[in-house]
Order: sequence, then C-alpha cells, then structure tokens
Amino acid sequence: MGYLGELFVMAMTAIFIQNFVLSRFLGLCPYLGVSKKLDSAMGMGLAVIFVMTLASAFTFLINKYLLIAFHLEYLQTIAFILTIAALVQFVEMVIQKNAPALYKSLGVYLPLITTNCAVLGVAILNTKSFRTDGVTPYNFLDAVLNGFFSGVGFTFVLLVMAGMRMKLEQVPLPKSMKGMPIGLILAGTMALAFYGFMGFKI
Amino acid sequence: MSFFKELTKGLIKENPIFVIVLGMCPTLAVSTSVANALGMGLAATFVLICSNMFISLIKDVTPEKIRIPVYVVVIAAFVTIVDMAMAAYVPALHKSLGIFIPLIVVNCIILGRAEAFANKNNMINSIADGIGMGMGFTLSLSVVATIREILGNGTWLNIRVLPETYSPMLVAILAPGAFITLGFLMALMNMLKEKK
Repeated sequence: MGYLGELFVMAMTAIFIQNFVLSRFLGLCPYLGVSKKLDSAMGMGLAVIFVMTLASAFTFLINKYLLIAFHLEYLQTIAFILTIAALVQFVEMVIQKNAPALYKSLGVYLPLITTNCAVLGVAILNTKSFRTDGVTPYNFLDAVLNGFFSGVGFTFVLLVMAGMRMKLEQVPLPKSMKGMPIGLILAGTMALAFYGFMGFKI
Repeated sequence: MSFFKELTKGLIKENPIFVIVLGMCPTLAVSTSVANALGMGLAATFVLICSNMFISLIKDVTPEKIRIPVYVVVIAAFVTIVDMAMAAYVPALHKSLGIFIPLIVVNCIILGRAEAFANKNNMINSIADGIGMGMGFTLSLSVVATIREILGNGTWLNIRVLPETYSPMLVAILAPGAFITLGFLMALMNMLKEKK
C-alpha cells in the first residue's frame, strides 16, 4: 500500500472507526461540557485540532531525541504533560499578541485544553501505534497527521452533539432527565451509531 | 470533628462523579468490570491522597502565578510511581487499564481538589479530603461497573450471579452502554434529590 493509502486508513480510523470520544473515551469533559452551543463547540474544536497537531509534533520529538536517546522512558508522563502545558501557554500568548480576533473566539478554551485527556492521550498513543503492517512505528509525519486527524474526529462528534443538544432544548423532558443525563444517553446512542463503522475493513 | 466531615462528604454529598461531574473519561472507559473499576479507583485515590498532602504542604512557598504547572508536576510524579508499581506487582490489571493509568494526570478530580481544597487547607484536612473524594470516586465507579458487568457478562467480580442460560447484553460492556448506564444513574440521582 502506498503512503496515501496509509494516510487514508489513518484518517478513517481516527475519525470514524476508533473515534477518540466515542470509542476510546478520551476528551469527554469538553465533549459534555462545551457542546451546548454550536459556535462554542466550533471554537473548542478548532482549538483542540490546533493543539493536538502541535502537541503530537513536539512530544514525538521529545520522546525520540530526549527520552529514548537517554533511556528516560519512565519520565514520559511528566515530560509530556509539561510539554503540553507549556505549549498551550505559549500558543495562548502568541495568538493573543498576533491575532486578537482569533484570541477572542478561541481564548477561553485554550487553558481548558491542558487538562483535556485527548491531547495527552494522542501523545502517548503515538508512541505506541504502528502502521497497517503492524511492525513499523509511526515516524514524525505519521504522528503529526494522526494528531491532526484525531482532532478532526473530536471536532466532528462535538459539532454533531452540539447540533443535537440545541434541538433537545425545546423538547419537553422529565425534570430529572434534563441536562447531563439526557446528554449522556444521547452520547450513548451516537456511540451505538458509530459502532456501525467498526465493520469496515480497510 | 472536621476531619470526619471532610472524610465523608466525598461519598454522597459532594460525590465527584454524580454531583460535581468530574473525571468522566476513566469512569466510562474502565467501568467494564468491577475488578478494573476497583483498580482504577484505588490508583486514583492513592494519587489524590498523596498530591493533596504534598500540595497542602507546599502551598505557602508556591508562587500564585505558576501554581497550576507546579500541581501538574506533583501529580505526574505520583502517577508515575503508581504506574511503575502497578506494572511490577499487578501486570494483568496494568495491561487492562492501559493508557488510562498515565491519564490519571489529567483526571480533573485530582487537579480540581488540589485547586479547590488542598491549597487552602492544612495537611490533615487535605488528606481527609483526598481519602473521601477517592472513596467517592471508587464507589461510583464500582456502581457503574456493577451494572455493566452484571448486564453485559452475567458476573460480578468474576463470580457468576446470573444463570448460565442468561444471554449477555453485550452492548452494556461496549462503549455505548457506558454512556447510557451513567445517564440513567444520573437521572436517578436527580430524581432522588428532587424528592427530598
């Protein structure tokens, strides 16, 4: 299989088959917390794509040239979370300085991303994932693209969820079901629908 | 007296999962069986107690501006300890919890308690808060896991509770079952609260 085919498999896996939110259970806090309005979901989604892509790049380099090179693999968790925290802070400052308009729409979501487990999750998974042949570990480009596609998958389900929840606002529900409980049941139904993609063999 | 109060509030009144709605990712992901849930709950409790204790000790020397990175490093250090200890002594559990052990670092309960409680209170109360919240987390995790394991596998802690003829409701241990179980449990909690 050519490299393009490899990329296609990676994208389909990250977005549909092994969706970060619905089948890997990563990034649920923002998924349930920021999915009440469509535009805030969009802002959060874009911020997550951006940070996940950058974090994949940086953590891959740190893992390969610092941790593995000096046999410090046991420090992985600490090194990765520090990288992500520093990265988020840095991105926030750069955007605030150079693109105030973008900062206005993304700014409030950025600090939240540090504790989004999808970001740390993709960084750790990148170090443990293999290409379709099952033996070649991800190289730098694979890791960055996997980060990007995973972010896209997150944003996709976040937007769908936000759209559905806005409709749900107008539905008469028992009082005890309102808000979080019906949101969770809705997420379950969505996860069920996404199970249909599991049958795909590519 | 206040020690006891801090200890028990996490169980029901301020239950981290059902009432404060924190730490959803591990709750949904590792509640496929009661054994996993207990393992995860105890690991998180250990980290919570240690980080609460440590943070309450260093709260006076931590500069206000960089307190979050400091907390994260403290938590990550304890998570690494748990990760290595589990890999050494309970390798099977370590394998089935997988990526969710390093992800205890970003469990919002732990950072949340550090920020909301440990940096304002003394060491004894912080430890009590850690134990209470950890137990509350473990308890709710086990409740979700109990429902899912019984429905999806017919067993509880690997002991068969439903007859052999019961055909397992597979969806309960798959991803969708996690969301739906937790959704109904939360609705139940809301209903009970309204009645009071």
